[in-house]
Amino acid sequence: MKTLLSTKAWLWLLWIGLTLGLLGWFSYMLLQDSDPQLFMPGPLSAGHHQFADSCTVCHTDPLGGKEVIQEACFNCHKDERKKPFDSHPSTKFKDPRNADTLQNIDALHCMTCHTEHKPEITRKNGVTQPVDFCMHCHADIGEERVSHKEMAFTTCANGGCHNFHNNRDIYTDFLMKHQNEPELLAVRVVPERDLASALEEIMEYPHDKYPLESLTLDQADMPAGITLGDSVKHDWLTTSHAAAGVNCSACHLVAITEEVDPAWTDNPGDSACVNCHSLEQQRFEKGKHGMRLAAGLSPMSVNQAMLPMQSDAAHAELNCLSCHGAHTFDTRTAAVDACLSCHADEHSLAYEGSPHHRLWIEEQVGELPAGSGVSCATCHMPRLEFDVSEWSSRTGVDHNQSANLSPNTKMLRSSCLHCHGMGFAMDALADSNLIKNNFVGKPGVHVESLRLAQEDYDRAMAERQEADNSE
Amino acid sequence: MKSVKSVLLGMGLATGVGAVSIVIASPGSTPTITPKTMADALHLVMDSDRAVYTRTIVNRLVKKEGVIKASEHFDDDKALALPAQMFRFGAEMVAKRSEDMPDVNFSYSLQSLWPINSQNAPKTDVEKAGLKFVAENKGQNYYGEETLGGQKYFTAVYADTAVAPVCVSCHNDHKDTPKRDFKLGDVMGGVVIRIPIEG
Repeated sequence: MKTLLSTKAWLWLLWIGLTLGLLGWFSYMLLQDSDPQLFMPGPLSAGHHQFADSCTVCHTDPLGGKEVIQEACFNCHKDERKKPFDSHPSTKFKDPRNADTLQNIDALHCMTCHTEHKPEITRKNGVTQPVDFCMHCHADIGEERVSHKEMAFTTCANGGCHNFHNNRDIYTDFLMKHQNEPELLAVRVVPERDLASALEEIMEYPHDKYPLESLTLDQADMPAGITLGDSVKHDWLTTSHAAAGVNCSACHLVAITEEVDPAWTDNPGDSACVNCHSLEQQRFEKGKHGMRLAAGLSPMSVNQAMLPMQSDAAHAELNCLSCHGAHTFDTRTAAVDACLSCHADEHSLAYEGSPHHRLWIEEQVGELPAGSGVSCATCHMPRLEFDVSEWSSRTGVDHNQSANLSPNTKMLRSSCLHCHGMGFAMDALADSNLIKNNFVGKPGVHVESLRLAQEDYDRAMAERQEADNSE
Repeated sequence: MKSVKSVLLGMGLATGVGAVSIVIASPGSTPTITPKTMADALHLVMDSDRAVYTRTIVNRLVKKEGVIKASEHFDDDKALALPAQMFRFGAEMVAKRSEDMPDVNFSYSLQSLWPINSQNAPKTDVEKAGLKFVAENKGQNYYGEETLGGQKYFTAVYADTAVAPVCVSCHNDHKDTPKRDFKLGDVMGGVVIRIPIEG
């Protein structure tokens, strides 16, 4: 019996039907605002995995191409690409004299080296270029630096020697300056925070309303009808806010919009902190703790982390009060206890009892001077100098705890070199076992940077001497 | 050359001397300016700004008053930036700020046939010829055209001369210098200004 349609035609119909069915299903799911991961071409890198529930953070325009993604990268990362240490800024490659370089590698677009959704080729720091990508432009480095002649291009980033975005951090003269330093420096202390002394130069600070002078309980300006509990009284009076003249109303009197008068609120939230700590908040939102808030999403919760975390903290959310509490504005708590209440990886769990922790305890009990103990924050949220205007700067805690993590040699300047010699610190940072046990023991790895710098210097001096002798 | 006015404005702002206006036209006609005149004007501003920095900041505070050092690693050494660095940072800031100003399109750099940093050696044929010409013909500039990345450019090269003893000593003593016999008044390199042109 002859059928109406041939087998081939049936197959065509089946294919069209399945295609339309799938198209319809995906369209329906899209309109239903279903799980965005359904449409994701591949898992996100460790740096962006917190955005898996919100494609539009990066894909701001559904019809946009490379430039839209580039803009999204800049929305979050532009400030990190600034001088003085970025030796590969986009302006270098836009210079017509480097047009030939762009033919080797498109260094103008972040995606050239950081392609998302490609876990099979994604390396540390979200890099998706082959590890020897420096060769595109520096193939003749052996001629310029004899010490580099036999080195493979797969080793450029070893030991933190070079990295694309802050290649000027560790330069030859800097290494020479730190030759032959002892394991422990004679003076071991981190810089002091100076917000209080810098307040005078911060125009936005409400100096008239909250002058920098210590407050007593009688001066607390909560409205009638509000009763302070004993613990709140104690916490406020014994920590930095009362000591710096920051009264109740500074945080609890909140204006919802500019049009309405401020009204008392019992739970003011992060916006109260931002009034005076905008620098800290901006840096917080640049790191993994606050990046969701910066993107307008709900706060990061601990169960979203990729690192091992304490199970009882799984549902804790990350905001200012997560680490600083309310009224107990004791930065010592924020510097260690807050971290360890969530983080449960090998390095974090090994902190208590480590040499750094012992120094921290000794500082707390007054056996060591302020700034000589080593907390989690000492290394991961170092005290840095930040510009607060064209004319002034202040030393504050960098609340972007992701900023100096990778490559970890970024910690040299911001943390390690306050107490340790360069050679010891570089070796320690290169030893993954030492990092895991939180620096109990000596480095088992040796980085050659100092030797190479010395050899380059000696070679240059010998050539000079030879030239002088021949004249 | 419709963008010349805005280029000059950008140049003035970027180099910190305020708005610059150069009008080469008869009353009532559209102002015009040649690439050469524009490059010469740009160079005049750049060179003057650096001369002021060298004389009133670096030379005065380092040599005369002795109150501060000038150092290549000025940040780590808590010192003044070298005049050549001040010049380069200006070039980088112009490049950065002009990214948002499509009508402003020029670039400049400080190069040398004997660079301390090899990245500042001439790369293109015009740069090489220009630097050689200004070194061999004191007091003269070099002008040429070249095509880079599919765009045609007017390229001007101006001699950069050792005007102070400190220029000579720093270059001769630097461990990475390929030339150690510079004398006062020698041409040490050149300023290269590049302006896109049609054609």
